[in-house]
Amino acid sequence: MPFTTSNSAFWAGVRSGAPFIIVVGPFGMLFGVLAAEAGLDIVQIMVFTATVFAGAAQFTALQMMQDNAPTLIVLASALAVNLRCAMYSAALTPYLGAAPIWQRALAAFFIVDQSYACSLIEYERNPRMTVPQRMGFFFGVMAPIVPFWYFSTLLGAVLGTRIPESWALDFALPIMFLAMLGPMLRTPAHMVAALVSTIAALLTTWVPHNLGLLVAGALGMMAGAQAELMIERRKVSQ
Amino acid sequence: MSTAPDGTWIVILGLALGSFALRFSFIGLVGDRRMPAWVLRHLRYTAVAILPALVAPAAVWPTATGGALDPPRLAASAVTLAVGLTTRNVIFAMLSGAATLYGLIWLLG
Repeated sequence: MPFTTSNSAFWAGVRSGAPFIIVVGPFGMLFGVLAAEAGLDIVQIMVFTATVFAGAAQFTALQMMQDNAPTLIVLASALAVNLRCAMYSAALTPYLGAAPIWQRALAAFFIVDQSYACSLIEYERNPRMTVPQRMGFFFGVMAPIVPFWYFSTLLGAVLGTRIPESWALDFALPIMFLAMLGPMLRTPAHMVAALVSTIAALLTTWVPHNLGLLVAGALGMMAGAQAELMIERRKVSQ
Repeated sequence: MSTAPDGTWIVILGLALGSFALRFSFIGLVGDRRMPAWVLRHLRYTAVAILPALVAPAAVWPTATGGALDPPRLAASAVTLAVGLTTRNVIFAMLSGAATLYGLIWLLG
């Protein structure tokens, strides 16, 4: 639909982002619970979730800290998980690159899976949107998600330390990562990347400082990129 | 947790700055210039490469069992991934995995 103002674009964004609170709520709460279980205090948990604002990377850092990985490796691994945000940033640039720098900086902070996916779909469907309308839509998507994420994290952090050990929360993180992984495996190339990195990770557990993770990740990325090239070439030659 | 308290703040600060740098990189600095195709092609596979590498050792040799192969945790991993793949629903996949884990822990004692 065509927008008359950036205000109506904002509300269209809100409608597009609202359904995600069903997913964001449990995620935020689980992060609060697991971070509290890992020994972070409430201030640390809330600063973490407010400033980093990246579910998968936050969970990765938590897992690595519990594995006693050195700080630099924790950072490298969690940032590697967040590399996809750089890709989202690149994908959004043709649509938002002309906005004022302060708006782009603010938008950059809120680049996550949901804001990227909803916005890009809308921009492609609606090529005549102006830059202010696109910005309005982007922030509209995040408007219901952000407060929900912060609040559910706080709730989890408060409840966290009261959860008994018999709940086997040691395995909550692996289940969470696998649950996120499934829907991401959209193409054969994605599956090749995941398979190669799995095998590499199992073969490199002997590498010190959890560096095997980064090696496996790099091999998986290269395998995915090569698989994509091969599949494309096959399509062209047919 | 055994990472020192200072270490926790360094991780939080480093991750906050690093995450923003990644997100700002293109939209803020690159502007309207195009990216080399091979860079984008590799970036597409970061998450699907890192996440399984993170999980695989924990699923096969869990710390909770002292590194011994554990049928409930292995089965829970398989179910979570399979449900996520077929339903494309993160929450549903998580719930199925948790149900499998608790069900098997209860059944096998």
